[in-house]
Amino acid sequence: MRVRRSAPGRPVLRRTAALAAVSALTMAATACGGGSSTGDEGSNKNPGTLTYWATNQGSSLEHDKKVLTPELKKFEKETGIDVKLEVVPWDSLLDRILAATSSGQGPDVLNIGNTWSASLQATGALLPWDAKNLKKIGGKDRFTPSALAAAGAEGKPPAAVPLYSLAYGLYYNKQMFKDAGIAKPPETWDELVDTGKKLTGDGKYGLAVEGGNPVENAHHAFVFGKQHGADFFDSSGEPTFDKPANVKAVKQYVDFLASDGIAAEGNAEYAKNESVRDFATGKAGMLLWQAAASSLKSHGMKPDEYGVAPVPAQSADASGERAVNTMVAGINLAVFKNTDNLDGALKFVKFMTSTEEQKALNGTYGSIPPVKEAQQDAAFSTPDLKVLRDVLANSSAPLPQVPDESKFETLVGTAMKELFAEAASGKSVSTGTVQERLTEAQQQMQK
Amino acid sequence: MTTLDTPRAGSPAPPPPEPPRTRRARLRVPARVRRAGLPYLLLLPALLLELLIHLVPMGVGIVMSFKELTQQYIRTWGDAPWSGLDNFRVAVDFDAPVGEALLRSFGVTCAFTVLAVGLAWLLGVTAAVLMQENFRGRGLLRALFLTPYALPVYAAVITWSFMLQRDNGLVNHVVHEQLGLTDSPPFWLIGDNSFFALVVVAVWRTWPFAFLILMAALQNIPRELYEAAQVDGAGIWQQVRRITLPSLRPVNQVLVLVLFLWTFNDFNVPYLLFGKAAPESADLISIHIYQSSFVTWDFGAGSAMSVLLLLFLLLVTAVYLLVTSRGRKHDG
Repeated sequence: MRVRRSAPGRPVLRRTAALAAVSALTMAATACGGGSSTGDEGSNKNPGTLTYWATNQGSSLEHDKKVLTPELKKFEKETGIDVKLEVVPWDSLLDRILAATSSGQGPDVLNIGNTWSASLQATGALLPWDAKNLKKIGGKDRFTPSALAAAGAEGKPPAAVPLYSLAYGLYYNKQMFKDAGIAKPPETWDELVDTGKKLTGDGKYGLAVEGGNPVENAHHAFVFGKQHGADFFDSSGEPTFDKPANVKAVKQYVDFLASDGIAAEGNAEYAKNESVRDFATGKAGMLLWQAAASSLKSHGMKPDEYGVAPVPAQSADASGERAVNTMVAGINLAVFKNTDNLDGALKFVKFMTSTEEQKALNGTYGSIPPVKEAQQDAAFSTPDLKVLRDVLANSSAPLPQVPDESKFETLVGTAMKELFAEAASGKSVSTGTVQERLTEAQQQMQK
Repeated sequence: MTTLDTPRAGSPAPPPPEPPRTRRARLRVPARVRRAGLPYLLLLPALLLELLIHLVPMGVGIVMSFKELTQQYIRTWGDAPWSGLDNFRVAVDFDAPVGEALLRSFGVTCAFTVLAVGLAWLLGVTAAVLMQENFRGRGLLRALFLTPYALPVYAAVITWSFMLQRDNGLVNHVVHEQLGLTDSPPFWLIGDNSFFALVVVAVWRTWPFAFLILMAALQNIPRELYEAAQVDGAGIWQQVRRITLPSLRPVNQVLVLVLFLWTFNDFNVPYLLFGKAAPESADLISIHIYQSSFVTWDFGAGSAMSVLLLLFLLLVTAVYLLVTSRGRKHDG
């Protein structure tokens, strides 16, 4: 027998199906959105309230709210301005800022990662901190120069002011060092590899790396690059990713896993701070990290169980740029130019960068105050913070403050992630392989 | 008379019924006009929303694809300089890195879509057929099958990403430690295997939808057809071939198309599994475009890629609809 299909329903069915298909298709146009911006310059139309986007500094968003709320209450009491706080997680912060920029519907004051300063500065959405504005918060001399250098392109007024400063240090497990008969933390990379080999064995490794995390990778590429006498951008802001010295730098870092074998293969997929966990739980003897104290504590590692030393250099007598052993890491505070509470926003920045607040907030988060006066406080002279403070003052460099900086982090960091993946699956990573990847990344920059 | 013209789940709605002939409804507007106009009137809100939610942003996206839109202009993108076809030229220059990467990503997406939709459909239809029999625990099993579809995608995929971790993940615990299928624990979230990890999670996520739709469709096939076929001496396979599959056809046409579009454009699953930088072997086009526009801040190029993708999907859909409707005509 045959099933007879009836005719009448069909055209309608086909038409509706087509319509449904088309509407599903339109979802494909993902990169849409935005709109022309609204009023450009700030005003004081709405002096009673401020919206503040804070970054996630503590162990959770709730933790941040708990830390910040009492401080904001103080500000409210002082000025009568009501502050609406929102803590934004890192992985969505940049998207949120871009959306706010294109729509003109952003917060009044916000935190940005300091490596994005120049990139966000180029959007023109952030209030420039010229002499006049800086004077309202006490002048630029209150801040450490290195922190201020990581707040926008050279020769332009900063796009933000420094709020929390961070630096990379070499964290090492005291007990594991003692057991292996190692007297002091390594000062050069050769020593680090030797030390690492002594620590590796029995399921334990010398070093934990966060190989699946592009941003983390890019930071190390930058420091290693400096130490080899190279930069990832030339003086005119053009990318120079595949210069031999940069290739050497990237290879040296990937080799910790690929050929030195002091990092576990599994580290190649780490992207959610698993390396901190591995260090805290004694699976790895060393870790290159910025201000890890509070994270280590949350994994149950006590402060006297680990030491912090400056990140090693290529040779013990390195000087100048070649002695750079950390990027200037940190969080900056920016104001959206089109705020409708300009005076309030400036007052808020002044409050957050006041010596008292700097001490309180940096003390809680384990970071270093970029405000000189606050830095003098005894609370920031614990052995580990003292090391980080010193490297920040003496041997740090800000990531290139060019508009394409965020592209550098993504492209070079992702290339390194792929290299780690290849190394971990047993493929050899030669200088040629590294060169090829970096050239590819550079070409994507230039199109 | 046996026709398959009864409304079925999954197939588009039948034409709106005639307005009820009550005394009040007969006032003012002549019945003829009312009958002709009503469907359009009913469509109007949907059309307006369609315009607002889809067509306007799509138009904006198309305009953007002809602009040189970097972060310099994101605030006032109307002022961004026109770049003509530059963005498109870069996107389809397959000898240069950007085009090459886009082409590779496109290839990965096609392979992924064919595999994921095929498997999801196969699983869905198998489960739906098996669930036609009435047996103890059927309701429970059915609910269980639908769980992946009901779970919030974020929670579900994050759980998968934990299970797929190399050193501490459940998958390797089973595959490597318990079954001993591999010499060393494989990576699932980086490297070449990530493609298969992606397919598995995507199939897990979409097959319940296929199952749900097909189950509803199967229930609408009159039992008498099968009874008659049995009387005529048709075996199980013949029944499937002659009754089940042809009856499911209109539903399948829509189902496969929808699954194809969803899977091809899937963003959540790869994003949650791999983050912003997917491994090359699992670099789906949606993530690739996202990275081009939002991570490296070249919105013009990203829009151009989106437009190309849109054109491709329109073409595929048009061809698909043409072919399937022609097939049906010949059949009739």
